[in-house]
Amino acid sequence: MGDRRSKSFYFLGAFFIAYVLFLYGPMFAIYILSFQGPDGGLTFPMNGVSLVWFGKVFSGSGIVDIGAAFNRSLKLGLVVMILTVLISVSAGMAFRKAFRGSTILFYVAIASLIMPSIITSLGIALEFRLLDDFLVKHSEGWTTAMGLFTSGLGAHLTWTLPFGLLIMFAIFNRFDGRLEEAARDLGATPWQTFRHVVLPIILPSVVGIGLFGFTLSWDELARSSQAIGSVNTLPLELQGLTTTVTKPDIYALGSLTSAVSFLVIFVALIVILVLQARQRRHGSDAGKGMV
Amino acid sequence: MPSRDLPHAACGKSFFLRRKIDLSMTQDRKSFIGWLQAGPMMLIFALFFLLPLVFVTIVSAWDYNEYEMIPAFSLRGYTDTFEGCIADLPELCTILKTYLKTVKLCLLTWSLTLLIGFTVAYFLAFHVRSKTWQIVLTLLCTIPFWTSNVIRMIAWIPLLGRNGLVNKGLQGMGLIKQPLEWLLFSEFSVVLALVHLFTFFMVVPIFNSMIRIDKRLIEAAYDAGATGWQTLVNIIIPLAKPGIVIGSIFVITIVMGDFVTIGVMGGQQIPSAGKIIEARLNALQFPAAAANAVILLGITILIISSLTRIVDIRKEL
Repeated sequence: MGDRRSKSFYFLGAFFIAYVLFLYGPMFAIYILSFQGPDGGLTFPMNGVSLVWFGKVFSGSGIVDIGAAFNRSLKLGLVVMILTVLISVSAGMAFRKAFRGSTILFYVAIASLIMPSIITSLGIALEFRLLDDFLVKHSEGWTTAMGLFTSGLGAHLTWTLPFGLLIMFAIFNRFDGRLEEAARDLGATPWQTFRHVVLPIILPSVVGIGLFGFTLSWDELARSSQAIGSVNTLPLELQGLTTTVTKPDIYALGSLTSAVSFLVIFVALIVILVLQARQRRHGSDAGKGMV
Repeated sequence: MPSRDLPHAACGKSFFLRRKIDLSMTQDRKSFIGWLQAGPMMLIFALFFLLPLVFVTIVSAWDYNEYEMIPAFSLRGYTDTFEGCIADLPELCTILKTYLKTVKLCLLTWSLTLLIGFTVAYFLAFHVRSKTWQIVLTLLCTIPFWTSNVIRMIAWIPLLGRNGLVNKGLQGMGLIKQPLEWLLFSEFSVVLALVHLFTFFMVVPIFNSMIRIDKRLIEAAYDAGATGWQTLVNIIIPLAKPGIVIGSIFVITIVMGDFVTIGVMGGQQIPSAGKIIEARLNALQFPAAAANAVILLGITILIISSLTRIVDIRKEL
């Protein structure tokens, strides 16, 4: 590993570029095709350029009620995001001290992460079905406990929380514990230590947890499939459309869905950068003499 | 936190005061606060992960008819699943064929994601020298992971379809006369999409292992006359093994249970372990679906436990 770039660098660099093209290429194909002309089909070439297919999505003609699914997914994504952040940060703090069952909780989280989604989804569906059967027998007029913000929310959290916890582990692996000790020595209560010392330091990564929470929920499909009840989320509608739609409106819908993802990613990254810049400005007065 | 008990620069009067309070705050109390903080997460996993798994296991041993499950002990779910497995010998029965196909798709996807993931991670870890570039390029690989899987599957249609770019291109060059039919809605497109979607799960853990390798080890090998290949095989691969194992666990468990990618990219024609469960569910045969889930779970656990023999996950995170 000298200073000059070796041959393998150029070879691997080319491989990396090919991989990135492989990652993004197909996606760009459908972003372009969603501007297909009114007579255009599902494949290239472009038959003119138009916004017809976006119009179709917004007016809802030809496609099932996309607007409602869009709203449902958005609301669920936001709730999942907030809960993922709160629960993960809290649990991450717990893992900083020894508590009984911490090892078990860790392994359960990992198991939840790698469990085939269809099994989790089936389990939640069964749980709610049995609960419904029980309640129908014992209370008048009971219909179902299954729904977007009961079984659906739970299904999504089993997917987002392990990511949140792992990010918290990554944060605290690099965290300097002496900062907390210093705060305590200066008389801060545990809450003050958290609020004024720990939180500002970990905040950029916490935004990252929120990003994972929202995007994973927004795109979640396999775990929702059985556990969402009678209504569908946007990815479920999209999956249903893959077998029926023969017009580019599915691309337009795909582009819109991706646009939301990209917007969220963009905002989150900007917030992270701003927070980090702020930390650099306010973080340290080392070398600035006695205050 | 052992560091709290270490005397350090701040060991003035306050340090000793603090130590006294620390001692009076017994381990039990700390544990209690830990429980409070971890409580919500425990509750979610108990309600929406562990309990559902218990129900899956119980219901798998229930009876059922055309439209509902009957809470009486019966192994019908299992016997129906393995129907014909003995009678049809030496032919393989449906369930075994399905599992063989799933394992085949799984091994293909695993080897490709490992090859690509390792190479990409190697480039990022050892050839990209500036930290900023490392972050930017890693982010470039991560962004698609934050977008919808279904859309990333649909995205192959304009490329691989009968009138897609690939067929048009090959025909234009005169290489083929008829469009290739096996490009889309085939095992080929399933593996392609799986590799496309899940290589990320290999890149991240392998990169994570590689970045921790002490660069001096590589320099030492170089100084001792090792070739690039020898360094790779004798130093980098063994030290990146934890990442390789973790990535493998992710990819293998995802593909074994997958029904969405195989469904969409296989044109709903290719059977898989996950799709059996989905089909049983659509037929409202819950105990049969649960029995299949238990079988899939058993096989997945078998694979993971043999992989974790090689590496201790907890140590690596």
